[in-house]
Amino acid sequence: MTGPLLISLYIFVLAIFVGFEVITKVPPLLHTPLMSGANAISGITVVGALISAGAGHSGISTLLGLIAVTLATINVVGGFLVTDRMLEMFKKEGRGDRPVAPTI
Amino acid sequence: MVTITNLAYLISAILFILGLKGLSSPRTARRGNLLAAMGMLVAVVVTLFDRQIINFTYIIAGIAIGGSIGAISAWQVPMTAMPQMVAVLNGSGGGASAMVAVAEFLRMTSQPGVDVSVTLVLSLLIGTVTLTGSLIAAGKLQGVLRGAPVVFPFQQTLSLILLSWAIVLGVLFVISTPSLSKVVIIALIGAVLGVLTVIPIGGADMPVVISLLNSYSGLAAAMTGFVLSNNVLIISGALVGASGLILTNLMCKAMNRNLGNVLFGRVGVEEGGPAGVAEQRRVISHTAEDAATLLGMAHSVIIVPGYGLAVAQAQYTLQELAAQLAKRGINVRYAIHPVAGRMPGHMNVLLAEANVPYDLLYEMDAINDDFQRTDVALVVGANDVINPAARNKKGCPLYGMPILNVDKARTVIICKRSLRPGFSGEDNEIFYLEKTLMVFGDAKDTLTKIVSLVKES
Repeated sequence: MTGPLLISLYIFVLAIFVGFEVITKVPPLLHTPLMSGANAISGITVVGALISAGAGHSGISTLLGLIAVTLATINVVGGFLVTDRMLEMFKKEGRGDRPVAPTI
Repeated sequence: MVTITNLAYLISAILFILGLKGLSSPRTARRGNLLAAMGMLVAVVVTLFDRQIINFTYIIAGIAIGGSIGAISAWQVPMTAMPQMVAVLNGSGGGASAMVAVAEFLRMTSQPGVDVSVTLVLSLLIGTVTLTGSLIAAGKLQGVLRGAPVVFPFQQTLSLILLSWAIVLGVLFVISTPSLSKVVIIALIGAVLGVLTVIPIGGADMPVVISLLNSYSGLAAAMTGFVLSNNVLIISGALVGASGLILTNLMCKAMNRNLGNVLFGRVGVEEGGPAGVAEQRRVISHTAEDAATLLGMAHSVIIVPGYGLAVAQAQYTLQELAAQLAKRGINVRYAIHPVAGRMPGHMNVLLAEANVPYDLLYEMDAINDDFQRTDVALVVGANDVINPAARNKKGCPLYGMPILNVDKARTVIICKRSLRPGFSGEDNEIFYLEKTLMVFGDAKDTLTKIVSLVKES
């Protein structure tokens, strides 16, 4: 195996361990936002898509790049926004249903 | 410049990890999500400075189209439809990874190394499986496609043949000549495999499938990272892959299934199994008045919501009832089974939307010992997750599944449409207990009646 690949493999395996450590600490309460949020993170493919779409290579390559950028952006934008929308709804007791402006 | 780019990617990766860490508490979760989004922004901006990029037309077009679709759907989607939404997002992520793999292949001027070709094939295959599998799952959840399992003879054999074909092509791609035709065929096989994997799976098993596809979309991104030798893709993909696997495992445990059983077995039929096998037993039907009286006299109440609650759109009414009871000094809490909704954590989101404070939501293990000290367990639209057959009836499909100890409560009120069994098809002992009050009817109507009665008294 070549050096760079080996390093990438190390990174991959270690990142999986980090993932397990971090994600087991997420309470079941937040598992839906976790899923949509993690999903948005997997939209990181957008980075590769940007280069495919903008490198000015053959027509098909650029077209695929365009589709990839579109799909990945749906993933990223939709994922982060919908996660935020959900997390905003989680409120603790004792402060009323909605924050109320103080009356003088 | 390459150094700066890579350092920026490192910052992105750190922000992603911190973002996921933020999700460990509802207090920090929103900030965590924001951190992760900032990480994404950093990665995108620094990539735009890459000197390989000479034409911005398609980039701007793609971001504009994708951004609008993403934003509009994120704002519009009802919380009950969240599983479909996540499935579609999974699919687009997987699809994007596969497209990038193909585009990258077309850009290659020389024979790619073994490492690149192997990961290219994997990225292609996982990406396309994720794309079509997710779309089918979303279609089933949305009701566009029939939720019931679709099976035909030799289905698994066909899948196996296709998979072997893809593997053979993949190996040929790696060891002999990489050609575009192989790429296209592998992508097509992946697409068909995605469909074949998800169509035989019934609606009840969707939480497992969505979690698994979530994991796949991460793995596809990681494989694309190997192809592009881009570490931020590898790290993010690995994080998401791990997250999806953890959730898949949790869902399987909560449903008393193993993964192979979900993918290749055929339980989880949408229509609720063979009804009528149970011998006709007497159930005393009670009224909303009886339930209201009982609730009014209680000191402690645990509410057990199931997906039937969301179907009846009765979350708001339920919260109104809970608030009324709390006002009278009754200790009201919610017990949430891991598969109470249609995806991991779904019920919590549905209740949060109805303004239920999250500190009243208790996960199964945290509240299960408290049922025996509770006056009333109020069950709305849940069935299998409270069925004691899971504890003591060997050989039934539920046996061994973790359940909420509703039968240990001093009295039980069950709001339900009919006596029909749940997904498992197993009759529920609790309905026939002496301490159980069955209130038949639409959950929303019943709860509305109970609320007004509690208010009056």
